[in-house]
Amino acid sequence: MGVEICVEGLTKSFGHQVIWQDVSLTLPAGEVSVMLGPSGTGKSVFLKTLVGLLKPERGSITIQGRDITRLREHDLYEVRKLFGVLFQDGALFGSMNLYDNIAFPLREHTRKSESEIRRIVLEKMDMVGLIGAEGKLPGEISGGMRKRAGLARALVLDPEIILFDEPDSGLDPVRVAYLNQLIVDLNAQIDATFLIVTHDIASARQVPDNIGLLFRRELVMFGPREELLTSDEPVVRQFLNGRMQGPIGMAEEKDAAQVEQELAALGDGDRTQSPGSQAMTPRLLPGPGIPRPPRWEAIARREAELRHRKVVADA
Amino acid sequence: MRLSPTGALRHSGSLFAMALDVIRTIPRRPFQAREFIQQAWFVASVTILPTALVSIPFGAVIALQIGSLTRQLGAQSFSGAASVLAVLREASPIVTALLIAGAGGTAICADLGARKIRDEIDAMQVLGIDPIHRLVVPRVLASMLVAVLLNGLVSVVGVAGGYFFNVVLQNGTPGAYLASFTTLAQLSDLWAAEVKALVFGAISGIVASYKGLTAKGGPKGVGDAVNQSVVITFMLLFVTNFVMTAVYFQVVPQRG
Repeated sequence: MGVEICVEGLTKSFGHQVIWQDVSLTLPAGEVSVMLGPSGTGKSVFLKTLVGLLKPERGSITIQGRDITRLREHDLYEVRKLFGVLFQDGALFGSMNLYDNIAFPLREHTRKSESEIRRIVLEKMDMVGLIGAEGKLPGEISGGMRKRAGLARALVLDPEIILFDEPDSGLDPVRVAYLNQLIVDLNAQIDATFLIVTHDIASARQVPDNIGLLFRRELVMFGPREELLTSDEPVVRQFLNGRMQGPIGMAEEKDAAQVEQELAALGDGDRTQSPGSQAMTPRLLPGPGIPRPPRWEAIARREAELRHRKVVADA
Repeated sequence: MRLSPTGALRHSGSLFAMALDVIRTIPRRPFQAREFIQQAWFVASVTILPTALVSIPFGAVIALQIGSLTRQLGAQSFSGAASVLAVLREASPIVTALLIAGAGGTAICADLGARKIRDEIDAMQVLGIDPIHRLVVPRVLASMLVAVLLNGLVSVVGVAGGYFFNVVLQNGTPGAYLASFTTLAQLSDLWAAEVKALVFGAISGIVASYKGLTAKGGPKGVGDAVNQSVVITFMLLFVTNFVMTAVYFQVVPQRG
């Protein structure tokens, strides 16, 4: 039924280097959230901290009333059963074929019979479109297939929370579109809480309910998709528009005077443009064959209304 | 890797912490029998041949040294006794240790290191599976078992090699060689050697697993981890060997 994750005042550093500090946000139960940020801002570190693979210096992460930063190793393994994580390269076990990889959590954690395991594994493989590749080894298949297999493995234990570490990196635009559709369909079907860590703006515009942006060692903003997409915050605007003018530089950050100058040079064109017209990309909805729970019904209605209003405005 | 005094302390600390974790996890059910058998077979298959090939010349060198030493001292009749003693007490645990660390430990470390940098270990933890229980314990037990068995192999091959060199090449008398076999050596020497082999197997398995599981920085990191695991294992093994030998002489009364 999805589980809420409540993060408060989280700070993580390696040695003297602070990765991010004082990150507070709530991932609402059953919703899709995206964490954006330039490369090297510790998005993956954030994800690993959420599952307790890394210990933060300060702050708390509360899931079902338990603070996972303070749990003992043994209890942590119990809490982790709520999670499904898709790692960047799928993180499949290289010595096992895809079928065994996906069956692995079931064999380790449940007393299901082999025939029942087979049914579940084939169902999940069908979900991610991998039927026919059961006997392949991870080394023999493409990156996209590895990702989908990693997703299937993350799904077999019916997790309440699914974390995606850059699901779109290294994939072509068409596959990214398919994967995004898959994520939305999954959310409508299994109702789990989703967190997607990425720097792909197109996905961030279409898929989530909420967007967060990590930059300069802190969480710049976290909120509903509409709020972020229409925000006037320079960092958010620069990132969502993927342009050079703004506070984010090639190496790290730029000095204030230069940013000021660039934004001025960009002119009024950018500011006068009404945020709603260009920024509001239509939201991706579950595919036709997928039964929609009430939450998605409401979203679909709102989207239809927006589209209708736009058509009227254009006319 | 930066060298700092606290860094070295921290690493030793976490190595011992993991050793304790391993000991604590050994009784936990279900025992990973399949992984254990696979690993034991794997470690055995990479170590048996090199061990046999190393122990023949090792036995021969000891036979040569002792052969000329006993001649110089006029104690030829004791060459068999001395040679058995040397092979059984020192040579075979040391040869076993070198090969278990050099062939078995490196393979374990490289395997776990490759899994670590591919995020497989993280994935396993996220799937709620403790890598110590699932991967490390079977490997440590496997390398202990194989070390004990290898020690037997080295003793036999070493003594046979010594006999061959002494009798066939140095014209020793077979009767005197065999007759003096048990004048100095005793059964407790064999037990002590087996216990040493057991401990060496445990140390090399734990160090290899520790270095493998803490590998970082891509493929180069795995290479570094393997390198360090061999060096650390060797240092620990020789120190442990010294201590165990010293204790053995205090505890077990010697013949003669």
